Amino acid sequence: MNVLATLGKYSLATVQEVGKISIFSAKGFMSCFSPPFYFKEIRRHMVVVGFYSLPIVALTALFAGMIIALQTYVGFTRFNAEGAVATVVVICIARELGPVFAGLMVTGRVSSAIAAEIGSMKVSDQIDALTTLGVDPFKFLVAPRMIAGMLMVPFLVLIADIIGVMGGFLISTSVLDFSAGSYINQTVQNLEAIDVISGLVKASFFGFCMSAFGCYHGFYSDVGAKGVGNATTSAVVASCIGVLALDYLLTAVFFGK
Amino acid sequence: MSEIVFNNVKKTFEGRIRVLNGVSLKIEQGESHIILGQSGGGKSVLIKCLLGILDLTEGDITVDGISVKDSRRKKEYMKKFSILFQGNALFDSMTILENVKFAAAQKHKGRKSIINIAKEKLHAVGLNDRVFDLYPAEISGGMQKRAALARAISLEPDVLVFDEPTSGLDPITGGVICNLLKDTVQSLGVTTITITHDLKVAEFLADRVSLLNKGVMVWTGRADDMRDCGNEFVENFYKASNVILRK
Repeated sequence: MNVLATLGKYSLATVQEVGKISIFSAKGFMSCFSPPFYFKEIRRHMVVVGFYSLPIVALTALFAGMIIALQTYVGFTRFNAEGAVATVVVICIARELGPVFAGLMVTGRVSSAIAAEIGSMKVSDQIDALTTLGVDPFKFLVAPRMIAGMLMVPFLVLIADIIGVMGGFLISTSVLDFSAGSYINQTVQNLEAIDVISGLVKASFFGFCMSAFGCYHGFYSDVGAKGVGNATTSAVVASCIGVLALDYLLTAVFFGK
Repeated sequence: MSEIVFNNVKKTFEGRIRVLNGVSLKIEQGESHIILGQSGGGKSVLIKCLLGILDLTEGDITVDGISVKDSRRKKEYMKKFSILFQGNALFDSMTILENVKFAAAQKHKGRKSIINIAKEKLHAVGLNDRVFDLYPAEISGGMQKRAALARAISLEPDVLVFDEPTSGLDPITGGVICNLLKDTVQSLGVTTITITHDLKVAEFLADRVSLLNKGVMVWTGRADDMRDCGNEFVENFYKASNVILRK
């Protein structure tokens, strides 16, 4: 009976938490479309999310492209299908690895930073100060971060796509003896618009997801250094799971039967 | 200037932790009222209830007849207040000037006018142009307190709330800040509520004092009458403040 009671208690707590996050995210999303708009804050967060994440995303994409080219070549040689390396690299990068790797990297960097910043603001009464100034904390803190996430993660993914394909090209032409012309030809011929578009749409959802989880855990962090630390960890874990779950759902929507 | 009425205010957390247990109090227009009490006595919760940051469990608070519970007039209610937080609560991501400009922009229109108002308020609290472009973390606690005061008065409120205005400051800086608060309040002529556990601050700033203990107002009266009021809690408070620590 105790086991059932405990199970029920945790199930209810989980459902309650999911409900709270959903309401918080919906409220945050709605606040992105109603004035006042804090453009300076939006610009600041676009730089934080986009510009400062560029090196890590570029490096990850470069290695991802190089690894796929190498692994695909080794595997496809067994079936004499090594000619398909360029196609596999570009589809993998554009559809999956570009958005997911970029999403996870940005989540690790940004979601934790958002939770820590908002958590610290809560602890030091800065959120209460906003309220007493007549400023809606959702419009000032949540909306700019969500807008920055939804706009800048697709931009990062586009860069990751280009660099990832370049990584594959680099390995294929310098190590695997592919001719540069035919590799580029094959890449361009077999890439479809939906491959890139689906990746960019996913990226926008990932950007929303990581900023929503970051803001939520920051807003509801416990007081003290431990509380803010826990909020940061929870934000990263929840965002990563969210990114992977969304990836599956959106893949099913775009490419499912 | 505003009249504030607390009517049987009760606040309970998580349905069981009762912090305020029926607080009733009337603060007259233009009065400087001190709420004095021990740490954990419910002072900060009372102020958060007054500012509409926390919802009341029971009772009501009205400012010039507008209830804190009246959601249709919430904005009008909130605009009456400005608060100097205990930890200053300056925005870390903004410079000192931007902090004050941000507050001034909630009340005033026009970029140039907002900048001028912000600079004027910063000068009024004794901060010079050299600190305008510094971030809160780059200046001393006393300067942060001045900047937070400049931000609070830039809203030109009807009611100013000071939450432990001298906490965390050395006695000299604390004294300077106290004088600054008194001068500011006198020049603005607004209703002021200060919460503190410091008797010297209370006696210096107050027209009237209320003593809050375990969520209940145990005594309210003129600051001059406090020493001889005959209330046991007040006497204990005075005795405690004169305790000399043993070596």
